Amino acid sequence: MKKSQLYLLALLIAAVGLGAFFYKWKVLGFPVLPVTETEVWEVQARVEFKARTGGNRITLQVPQNPPGYAVLNDNFLARGFKPTEQKTPDAREVIWQARRATGTQVLYYRATVYRDQHKVADEPKPRVPPPPTWDEPFATARATLLEQVRAVTVDSATFAAELVRRLAEEDPTEEVELLLEGNDDDAERAALIVGLLAERRIPARVAWGLPLRETDTSARLQPLLQVYDLESRLWNTVDQHTGANGWPEDTMLWSIGPKPVLAIDRNPRGILEFSVTRSLADSLATAKKRLEVRDRALVAYSLLALPLQTQGTYKILLLVPVGAFIMLLLRNIVGIKTFGTFMPVLIALAFNWTGVVAGVILFVIVISLGLLVRFYMERLKLLLVPRLTAVLIVVVLLMALVSVVSNKLGFEIGLNVALFPMIIMTMTIERVSVAWEERSPGFAIRQALGSLVIASLAYIVMGETHMQHIVFVFPELLLVLLALTLVLGRYSGYRLTELFRFRALAREKPANEGQGG
Amino acid sequence: MLGLLRTARRLREIGLVGIGERNADFVLRYNPRKFYPRVDDKLITKHLAIEAGLPVPELYAVVREEHEIEELHAKIRERDQFVVKPAHGSGGDGILVITGRRGDKYRRSNGGFISREEFDHHLSNMLSGLFSLGGQPDHVLVEYCVQFDPVFDNVSYKGVPDIRIIVFLGYPVMAMIRLPTRMSDGKANLHQGAIGVGIDIPTGITKRGVWGNEPVKEHPDTEHSIVGLNIPRWDELLLIAARAYELSCLGYVGVDIVLDRNLGPLILELNARPGLAIQIANGNGLAHRLKRIQALEAAGTLAKDPAERVAFAKANFATT
Repeated sequence: MKKSQLYLLALLIAAVGLGAFFYKWKVLGFPVLPVTETEVWEVQARVEFKARTGGNRITLQVPQNPPGYAVLNDNFLARGFKPTEQKTPDAREVIWQARRATGTQVLYYRATVYRDQHKVADEPKPRVPPPPTWDEPFATARATLLEQVRAVTVDSATFAAELVRRLAEEDPTEEVELLLEGNDDDAERAALIVGLLAERRIPARVAWGLPLRETDTSARLQPLLQVYDLESRLWNTVDQHTGANGWPEDTMLWSIGPKPVLAIDRNPRGILEFSVTRSLADSLATAKKRLEVRDRALVAYSLLALPLQTQGTYKILLLVPVGAFIMLLLRNIVGIKTFGTFMPVLIALAFNWTGVVAGVILFVIVISLGLLVRFYMERLKLLLVPRLTAVLIVVVLLMALVSVVSNKLGFEIGLNVALFPMIIMTMTIERVSVAWEERSPGFAIRQALGSLVIASLAYIVMGETHMQHIVFVFPELLLVLLALTLVLGRYSGYRLTELFRFRALAREKPANEGQGG
Repeated sequence: MLGLLRTARRLREIGLVGIGERNADFVLRYNPRKFYPRVDDKLITKHLAIEAGLPVPELYAVVREEHEIEELHAKIRERDQFVVKPAHGSGGDGILVITGRRGDKYRRSNGGFISREEFDHHLSNMLSGLFSLGGQPDHVLVEYCVQFDPVFDNVSYKGVPDIRIIVFLGYPVMAMIRLPTRMSDGKANLHQGAIGVGIDIPTGITKRGVWGNEPVKEHPDTEHSIVGLNIPRWDELLLIAARAYELSCLGYVGVDIVLDRNLGPLILELNARPGLAIQIANGNGLAHRLKRIQALEAAGTLAKDPAERVAFAKANFATT
């Protein structure tokens, strides 16, 4: 096996893992930090009107995939009305119908809205509607104004901006004053500008935006003037008061004109009210919900779809590789010796419940008591398997004893001793006692301490809430760990402890001596 | 930190092979897994050696089952001295050297006595796999107890000193003699407290020793110098080591040989993962020597004849 092949494989695995991670993080919006909260708005549109006999038909424009936001769980509530949803590429509307309705009727549209990263797609060049015909003196005023604007601008974008600026001037010209007469509010003024631009064959439209900021029980839709930019092939939003470009911040696109947001057949006097309630939600749950809306399969085949209890198990299981990796580093790069290959990782898992200090104390208590028993058993000359079984029984009893005593003494932490892996404890006791007899007590204690140090370090890393969160939400990062492990699998440099072991040799041989050999 | 980096660089220059390098670049690369049983099971090693005509201590008995322990006592009734060892033992663990009897008790090489009951228990532990790699059930060899050459009397504390030669692709590259001490309980393993004394390959003369990780010049128990000893029958030893390559089929192997007063050199065991302390014992790194042989390998000029390989080693691998 060539090293380059190994590195290539590792690189590939790491790339897959990192790629999946970045996709989930950046595109799907899974949170990298635990308990990050995202803003959530409960948006409600309330329609109130007096029903007429002989059938009622109410059409309400509702948001459809607004850029920068995701709409979830939207529903239509109305007693006695049957909602029908209609979608076209650039509009979505709900039509409520009822044959028999009397008195004041209230209809609701509710939706949950989250922030999102997605952008609006390119749109083909829209057709410009024929400009409205105007009577005198408006026609002259319009012609004069357009001519004035045209004289000082070079293209459609600057034309629109200049026109808006002139209409918004504190001290308007005569023509502007005449045109604005009767067009007082923003919506009417926006419609006027669209009409004026149509005269110059510049596509423009009025869009409706709903500001999403703090909770606001009397939110209003904002009319937003949009001018189509031929070069970027995008709709440019122009502020009617300042002429500035750009979509206003914290505003969700509700619908795009020219249709009115609310239309009630044969009844112009419907009331449309909006309320916005802001709250914070767990971003993991939000991401999951958002995915469920967008792409069911991604959630169905992820850990988030598992039953909660199983999820809890995986939260722990996925940490084992992290602990094992820490151990790999400490054993193969640093060179700490331990009892058993994975014993420290399993001990570290148990520390999860006890905390490191209490965990170490409990571990030392059980192992020392177990060792005492084991030393006595040495004199009984038991065969290996019966001896191991006997030690195992003693270990379980010791664990029970520690729990009972600590409970009596009021140390609740002692109860968690039950979570220590007893088979591992038994094997540890056996190995320590053999090392104690065969090598020396010092050797056995050193190795046991090494195991504990690694367990503690592994625990510190594994117990990190960030780490727990990351490996659970992004299990593909374990692939990166796998890649690193593969690379380290061929590490042939010195271990840190070797440098100390062979230090004397390095010191006694002065540099630049002949090549030994 | 800087000091550590300097140490690392210095060790590189010396050519010191670390455990990672040994495992990744030599053991894993030159020792095919399928040949491991040849060295891990001492019984197989012994049979292979006999087939190849290499000298080994005579095998008295093999114990495979618990009930055979009883029979063993009858089988070895005639023998006063013998060695009991687990077939898959590592690092000298579990080896019991019996040098005599008193009534029902056996006298151990360290002077202590072991009762028959304790003896049986020890064997039973061996059979259960307490000393074997990985803890699998094992079998036990009972074999000839080496009468070590008096040349080492002054520098051993009981037990049998043995000679470890690292053989790479059939070329002896580095050698040391391991002297038991009081601390090592008569065993010849460095990590148990034996002294390692580097041997100059061309001459067979000891150059310097290491005890633990520190260089020593005298044996700590006998206070005799361990430097300047002339290893008898050195060429024979090198040749046996070189031939162990064909026997084991392992490219990187440690050959442990003892010198018997009457029988001469005997192969005790082979080791597929020989330790690194031999470098401290010699004050030399292995890397440069291993590279020399890798160069031969790359050039396709590895010698087939063990004697030729020994000649190459003697010409090139002097202790510096």
